[in-house]
Amino acid sequence: MDLNLRHISHHYDEVEVLRDINLDIRRGQIVCLIGPSGCGKSTLLRLIGGLERPTGGEVLQSGEVPEGCLNPLTYIFQDFALLPWRTVEANVSLVLEDHDLSAAAREAIIADVLARTKLADFRKAYPRQLSGGMKQRVAIARALSVRPAVLLMDEPLSALDSQTRELLMDDLVDLWEKEQYTAAYVTHNLNEAVRLGHRIVVLSRRPGEIREIVEIDMPLSDRRSDNSELEAIQKRLWNLMREEALAADRELLDV
Amino acid sequence: MSDGLRESEGPESPAKPVPFRGGGFLPKPRRIVAPIVFIALIAFWEFGCRVGFISPLILPAPSEAFDAFMNLVRTGLLWDHLAASLQRLLIGWSAGTLLGIFVGTLIGLFSLARSGLQPLVSAIFPVPKIALLPLFVIWFGIGEGSKVATILFGTFFPTVIATYGGIDNVDRNLIRMGQSFGLSKLSIIRKIILPGALPAILSGARISAAIAIILLVAAEMIAAEYGVGAYILLAGSLMATDQLIAGVALLSLMGLVFAWLIGQAEKYFLKWR
Repeated sequence: MDLNLRHISHHYDEVEVLRDINLDIRRGQIVCLIGPSGCGKSTLLRLIGGLERPTGGEVLQSGEVPEGCLNPLTYIFQDFALLPWRTVEANVSLVLEDHDLSAAAREAIIADVLARTKLADFRKAYPRQLSGGMKQRVAIARALSVRPAVLLMDEPLSALDSQTRELLMDDLVDLWEKEQYTAAYVTHNLNEAVRLGHRIVVLSRRPGEIREIVEIDMPLSDRRSDNSELEAIQKRLWNLMREEALAADRELLDV
Repeated sequence: MSDGLRESEGPESPAKPVPFRGGGFLPKPRRIVAPIVFIALIAFWEFGCRVGFISPLILPAPSEAFDAFMNLVRTGLLWDHLAASLQRLLIGWSAGTLLGIFVGTLIGLFSLARSGLQPLVSAIFPVPKIALLPLFVIWFGIGEGSKVATILFGTFFPTVIATYGGIDNVDRNLIRMGQSFGLSKLSIIRKIILPGALPAILSGARISAAIAIILLVAAEMIAAEYGVGAYILLAGSLMATDQLIAGVALLSLMGLVFAWLIGQAEKYFLKWR
């Protein structure tokens, strides 16, 4: 399934957050959205998934939804959004319970996604017993359980320490190698963007507009952290963002 | 070894330990202290009565209060009083709590209920329900009705406030997560909002249980044959202070049992914390 953003603009009361965003998210590609803080990239992600309605423009979905897909547009949140009163398996089960599945089918899906995210040993654990990285793995397992057509990831690694982030990034790469999922990935971390993004969309500070779209052809599995080509791209992205970030930093938040 | 590692061994400055400035501000429960305080106090009280510096007219000895209590047990009146009181408490408190959770959930979820009912709740909550007792007697009769109604009204309002407060504090991100996975409204309420509000609802139950016992006594002071409150009122008007103390101790015990039960419920329902 492809997503097409057409002339998206958005206001909160008087404040213009996004201006005329045109973007295609194509099947099997990871599109990274980067920009200075407060540029509306998380808002854009909420608009893409239908959690908010844009003031202008529209988000279109085209093409077939994959077979067995229960929730085409599925989020992974920065704060994991796990229910603390449910165990790992019950947190995954939560998003399956509203669908017409037999208990056995549900159980099979849960076992499958927990095995794929290496969580099989932690089925009965409560979120408070897990580290941040494990919690985000649970959230990823939960997202995979509904067989999404597009994953919408809102700074999924930002709440983690840098070692855990590195490990989970490898997991996301491995997962993509296996299943070529489609994703929109919001981050403020340029290194994550060049490691994961097939296309990197640079947004300007508020009101967010697309400043540039950078395509990286290198296969994800070849992207080591010490790759000079990637470093050059990262430097270029930083030069693009530097002034925007400086200016955004000096703005008052509660305009 | 490098010079850097021996820096501290300079000749003119004698080493001394860094003064400790942390710790404290963290009271911990010490299990044996409470019983000691309790026993010491009662022993002192009994001693004072025996020796005579506490006049029996002012305060009867604990042993006399205990005798009065045993007398209650022997005659079997204890069970009549307890049964009457517990029945009123249970009916009034559970009806008030259930209705309170229901209305609190409405206020927590729906704009119309919030704008319509919240001011009303705020206006009636601070009114001491004892003041309304005569009205309840007219409305619900002098029998059980008015007594249960007093307790019901008294527990209803704090439960409403605790419930919608709890719902307001449920993490919005969890609700958004539910929506993003296409959960039905009912599922979101049942599986995300209500469990999220449960800690607040249970601490509301703690407060309303205490209020229920206060109102029980007040309500039983009007035209009740049996009941702990009626027993205390009668003892008071006969100046039978030993019976009065026995009755008060009984109330305190009821309060403790209630609090313990709610504590058990918290342990069971909130074991995920």
